[in-house]
Amino acid sequence: MGAAAAIGQREHPVEVVDLVTHYGPRMILKGVTMDVREGEIMVVMGGSGSGKSTLLRYLLGLERATSGTIRVLGQDLGGLSHREITDLRKKMGVAFQGGALFSSMTVGENIMLPLYEHTDLDRSTMEIMARIKLEVVDLAGFEHLMPAELSGGMIKRAAFARAVIMDPRILFCDEPSAGLDPVVSSALDDLILRLRDAMGMSIVVVTHELESAFKIADRVTVLDHGRILFIGTVDELREQDNARIQNLLNRRAQPEIIDGDEYLRRLTGENMDEGTIQ
Amino acid sequence: MKHSVKEDSGSLVVGFEGDVDLQNSPQARKVLLEAVGRRQPVLVDLSSVSYIDSSGIACLVESLQAARKAGTAFALVAVSDSALRVLQLARLDTVFTIYGSLADGLAQAG
Repeated sequence: MGAAAAIGQREHPVEVVDLVTHYGPRMILKGVTMDVREGEIMVVMGGSGSGKSTLLRYLLGLERATSGTIRVLGQDLGGLSHREITDLRKKMGVAFQGGALFSSMTVGENIMLPLYEHTDLDRSTMEIMARIKLEVVDLAGFEHLMPAELSGGMIKRAAFARAVIMDPRILFCDEPSAGLDPVVSSALDDLILRLRDAMGMSIVVVTHELESAFKIADRVTVLDHGRILFIGTVDELREQDNARIQNLLNRRAQPEIIDGDEYLRRLTGENMDEGTIQ
Repeated sequence: MKHSVKEDSGSLVVGFEGDVDLQNSPQARKVLLEAVGRRQPVLVDLSSVSYIDSSGIACLVESLQAARKAGTAFALVAVSDSALRVLQLARLDTVFTIYGSLADGLAQAG
């Protein structure tokens, strides 16, 4: 039982406490603690290598943590079997960065795929559900097309339709705006807001797009080199005078602030966190 | 999910109670299509539904289509705010006839 449950409060859909992860010998996440509240859009930001995509993989239960806890919808991912994680994922929608549609299947078949995998619904019910979701993402009438016939923005929207086909309680979106022009990107932001408002789901968006983050976020988590640099509202983020956050907000490359001894240890491979060159 | 079917003033009132979701929407679909098959006006009372997901709404859409083909009236009654938001998301509130209360529905359907 989580601390919140123990004192009678409702647990947040996502609760991460002191999460430490490794990729081989290299430490990636270095003690991350954050949560996502019911019905909230949480944007996870950070530069390349900050650990934001890694955090998403752990929230989805795709990897096992070195230490720390990840609770999703009240369940500790570290204590779940593969089958239990698969069951939990029925309540989680994922819109992958590239859309991840199967090229050999029509758009409609792609969207219905989770229903085939996880339910015994009649085909007619599945088809109506898919068409409803296509209406929601403004792709009505596109169910018979193949993914190769769609534009980048349409593939993203189809991916959203598939991600929400089972009415998940949490939707995870990996770089939804990547590779899209500003108009299409803005429309996708509107879609995320509509989904949250109408379906009440919690949404985690991993992105490096500031404009998108400012438009949709209830709160923002900023990761920097595997550590939490900031968690708070957009307004609170703007008020931060931390140099690294200011660099992020001003889209400047982040100069690393280290002392000489640490730099030397890194060059000589003595930093425990960095491991050996493979 | 529980359900009931009763006649009232010449209409069939199909009532659901609890959650209408992926687990039980096949049962809801069966109940609805059977009611439509009786060729009487159908009022679907959602006042005791705590949650209806997309599969439940898909069943309502399929039943509405079946009713239209049969020339039978089909309407929703007492749709909750949360269900209405989902209907509005897909603009389905423009497709269904929706009454605020069963009394209104019976008066109009009759």
